[in-house]
Amino acid sequence: MIVFDRVEKRFGDTVVLHDLSFTVAAGEHVTLIGPSGSGKTTILRMLMTLETVDGGTITVGGQPLSHAPNERALRAVRRRIGMVFQQFNLFPNMTVRGNLIEGPCRVLGLSKDEANARAADLLDLVGLADRIDAHPTQLSGGQQQRVAIARALAMRPDVLLLDEVTSALDPELVAGVLSLLKDIGESTDITFLCVTHEMGFARDFSDRVMMFDGGRVIEDAPPDQLFSSPEHERTKSFLHAVLDH
Amino acid sequence: MPLWDWNYAWSILPDLLLALVTTIEITIIGSVIALVLGLVFAVLRRARIPVLDQILWAFIEVVRSTPLLVQVFFLAFAVLPALGLQWSAFVIGVVALGVHYATYTSEVYRAGIEAVPVGQWEAATALSLPSTRVWIGVVLPQAVPRVLPALGNYVISMFKEAPLLLAIGVVEVVNAAREAGSQTFRYVEPYTLAGVLFLLLSYPASLLVRRLERNR
Repeated sequence: MIVFDRVEKRFGDTVVLHDLSFTVAAGEHVTLIGPSGSGKTTILRMLMTLETVDGGTITVGGQPLSHAPNERALRAVRRRIGMVFQQFNLFPNMTVRGNLIEGPCRVLGLSKDEANARAADLLDLVGLADRIDAHPTQLSGGQQQRVAIARALAMRPDVLLLDEVTSALDPELVAGVLSLLKDIGESTDITFLCVTHEMGFARDFSDRVMMFDGGRVIEDAPPDQLFSSPEHERTKSFLHAVLDH
Repeated sequence: MPLWDWNYAWSILPDLLLALVTTIEITIIGSVIALVLGLVFAVLRRARIPVLDQILWAFIEVVRSTPLLVQVFFLAFAVLPALGLQWSAFVIGVVALGVHYATYTSEVYRAGIEAVPVGQWEAATALSLPSTRVWIGVVLPQAVPRVLPALGNYVISMFKEAPLLLAIGVVEVVNAAREAGSQTFRYVEPYTLAGVLFLLLSYPASLLVRRLERNR
């Protein structure tokens, strides 16, 4: 579903990602872990076209993303990808309903009734059916993130990118959001690419975990293997540091 | 002769009020031009279209760095004759004021647009929203409300600068006052009344803007 082929990313003179190649199969749940600054979030942002690609190619579902022939083709492939952000990024000038129907109405061309029905279903799924007319500022961080997840799902994406989605939440709200994501992961065939510092979640949720350091993948294994018997010294010390507090 | 003659003051008031209507018309139409054109400038500049961006930048800097009166004369006696156009003094004045203030409101809009968090643009991209929808549905509804007080202040200063247009013969309040005075050689009443009329409108308007500021 997702193919990175010799992808390169620089910020100024700093090489953030170097000669990065990997594939994610359709429906696979892949988690990227590693120290901050290792380029994990940059990978998600390049997939969402929020960052340019300096070298190599990215393909999604067989369609070129980093080298789309035109704006139309780029939009077509990008439409298959959704993203949930660390800071939720709900539109504060719209209600919860407005946030959920914006994309389906304006991009997918759904009628208002269809979009509203979809919004209601999704709010049910994320447990916020009664907040459909609330404004984002009236919701807790955990609730806002649930709405953001519903907003991304409303676009029926093939690929969903989760960028540290619980990092900005109060500790007591983290578990609820993560268990929601696990439920969604189990009940859909969406391909997930996820950056997180929640190692327990990474272990339960992922089919595969990729350990990044210095812009390279240094270990790529199923979670049981990677967390129980990491091969690389750097993985060991990283896991030791994050699991030890 | 008394310093202040009430009978005389009452006799010229109707003319001044009529001229005040013109001043208000100038302010309203000029504001519409300034508010719309300024927004167009701000959005276009954000798009960074090569060449157009440099032209816009130069235009905005030139207008902001030269006196309004020079621009009014330039439009009336250089630009329009060169284009073979004949506009009334009123239209020339309104266009000059509107364009002049558009260069200021564009900066206000720009500040408001830049204050919208980058995450909002990114969320819009993640939903693949078309760019017109990003502007109309997401960015401007967040950017414009926070700059309304600043825009309001420019509308008030435009109202107070409208008398400048007497230089090309627009009969607004101050011109009407001068006219009245020159017929009787009494200037205290006309100019005092003109000042009071401006005060009666500007001051409540500025209170309204302050309330807007507080309610943000």
